[in-house]
Amino acid sequence: MRFILRRLGFYLIAFFVALTINFFLPRLIPGDPATAIIGRPGVSLTPEQLNAVRTALGLSDAPLFQQYLNYLGQLTRGDLGISYTRFPASVISVIRTGFIWTLLLVLTSLIISFTLGHLLGIYSAWRRGAFLAKALPPGMILFGAFPAFFIAISAVYYLGYQLKWFPTMHAYDVALTPGLNLPFLLSVGKHMTLPVLVLVLTTMGGWALGMRNVMVSVLGEDYITLAEAKGLSSRRVMYRYAARNAMLPSITSFGIVLGASISGLLLIEQVFSYPGLGFLMVNAVRNSDYPLMQGLFLLITVFVLVANFAVDILYTRLDPRVRAE
Amino acid sequence: MTTATQPSLASKPKKRGGLLRQVMGNRMALFGVGLLLFFLLIALLAPIIAPGSPDKFAGPPNQPPSSEFLLGTTHLGKDVFKQTVWGARSSLLVGFGTAFFTTLIAIVVGMSAAYFRGLTDDLLTLVMNLFLVIPGLPLLIILSGYLRPATSTVIFVLTLTGWAFAARIVRSQTLMLREKDFVAAAKVSGDSNSRIIFREILPNMTSIIVGLAISGVAYGISAATALSFLGLTDISEVTWGTNLYWAQNGNALLSGAWWTFVPSGIAVALVIFALSLINYAMDEVTNPRLRAEKDLKDVFKQQSAQTVRATPVIRRAH
Repeated sequence: MRFILRRLGFYLIAFFVALTINFFLPRLIPGDPATAIIGRPGVSLTPEQLNAVRTALGLSDAPLFQQYLNYLGQLTRGDLGISYTRFPASVISVIRTGFIWTLLLVLTSLIISFTLGHLLGIYSAWRRGAFLAKALPPGMILFGAFPAFFIAISAVYYLGYQLKWFPTMHAYDVALTPGLNLPFLLSVGKHMTLPVLVLVLTTMGGWALGMRNVMVSVLGEDYITLAEAKGLSSRRVMYRYAARNAMLPSITSFGIVLGASISGLLLIEQVFSYPGLGFLMVNAVRNSDYPLMQGLFLLITVFVLVANFAVDILYTRLDPRVRAE
Repeated sequence: MTTATQPSLASKPKKRGGLLRQVMGNRMALFGVGLLLFFLLIALLAPIIAPGSPDKFAGPPNQPPSSEFLLGTTHLGKDVFKQTVWGARSSLLVGFGTAFFTTLIAIVVGMSAAYFRGLTDDLLTLVMNLFLVIPGLPLLIILSGYLRPATSTVIFVLTLTGWAFAARIVRSQTLMLREKDFVAAAKVSGDSNSRIIFREILPNMTSIIVGLAISGVAYGISAATALSFLGLTDISEVTWGTNLYWAQNGNALLSGAWWTFVPSGIAVALVIFALSLINYAMDEVTNPRLRAEKDLKDVFKQQSAQTVRATPVIRRAH
């Protein structure tokens, strides 16, 4: 319980740091933020317009601390401001749709790559002499060297444009009306196949290599030798004795991998023009839609923090040593 | 003062250059170093290999590779070969620049945290963990949204988001080393903190720090490429990332112009591959567990070795 509380405290601090970064960044730009943000070359703003922008950003002549409190107050009401580019939609409403698409991609690809990667790692540690087991580490190093988004570009080019097996952009066929009907769901499935495939391919190697390395040292433990000596089936030794214990470090790194997957996803969504958080974020930055991009940063951070916390809780359930601490 | 001249208990027998020689004796590392040098040469000799500005309009748009344009032309009629060669300059510069600063910060922060312990450690560890848990690329994206980076700001931003991982490793390594006898001996003989940190502990972490620096280069190159690909750096500059950005935004995929995105992507991949090979080989040389496994294989050179599942402990007579 103390462990959980300590972690919770840490995540709360992390959350506040993210909030504070969000608050101070626009104020760190030299000069007047409002002019810097809106005043592109050749555009002149009337004082009224400037004031409107300042209010939207929560900028005022009030002392910095007062502004900070106001900002926190707005957040507790769930008010992230108004998006510039999708005026008058609120940032929250823009983010909500993107979040569903990103969540769909992240969860699907994580589950697949976690499962496949671990099976591959278990296998290659168990049969260290086999061809596949030997080819795995160098193969994964070579494959892992390619930027994920480059693999995505190649996949779109070859499987999408050349072979026309998969759609090349968006999350569903825009001619269909979203809803719980078969054609729509099929279309969603078809559109997410390529992004998920790329994500799985690029993250699976990490799981496999990590699992392989831990497996190799777990297999050297005495209780494995004992289990084998007792005459247990090698299947049982492999999965119930070795793999189960070797998986603990993977669980710990789950949070970090989730953060990394989200980073990878931001790029991959861009390649597929997939309307998730990453696509929204890059477009927000390109169009200087500051409220939207800050809201997105905050949301992604919260998502990663919550996931990390969930992993911590799960970890105490799985590893009694942490509970006893 | 006297400790500087007298052969103190603290100085461990070191084989200078031993690591380097061992690593170079490894086939994988040799290949990696060769590949990396090849790209460094390309970057240095860009004006000789591909004379003329890579930004110039060289010919008709979207030409496939030919004898005139080795790698074809872009949708704007720029020479892809030239762009790839010149792109090496900025991409490698950012990679090595980022690696230098992240490693430097990692050493200073990681070592001070572990060496001084107490409140210093608690605070620095908290900061490291914060940087690790806050998702990197989103932070990079919003930072570059405000900074509109040129090469120097890209390095700055990448350093800011990338130092924590290395610092944590340096910290844990220092924690282990500071308990060793030779550090205790140095303390007893009255060495200053800075001398112990930099002359006693640091040299013993050389291989780890080199490894972190190499990963830093790889991180710098891939993150900078990603940022440029998103169009968040100066898109008029020629880098591998901006080449990919223009390929995507120039509809290379739709028009079938694979030659506009494949060369830069492969260049990035080969550099990162070379760096990983060096790191992997260094691991093999410095990690006794992996080395023993390799030695055993060398001894038996046959299948029988692979049925041994426990880590073998053997030592070859050198």
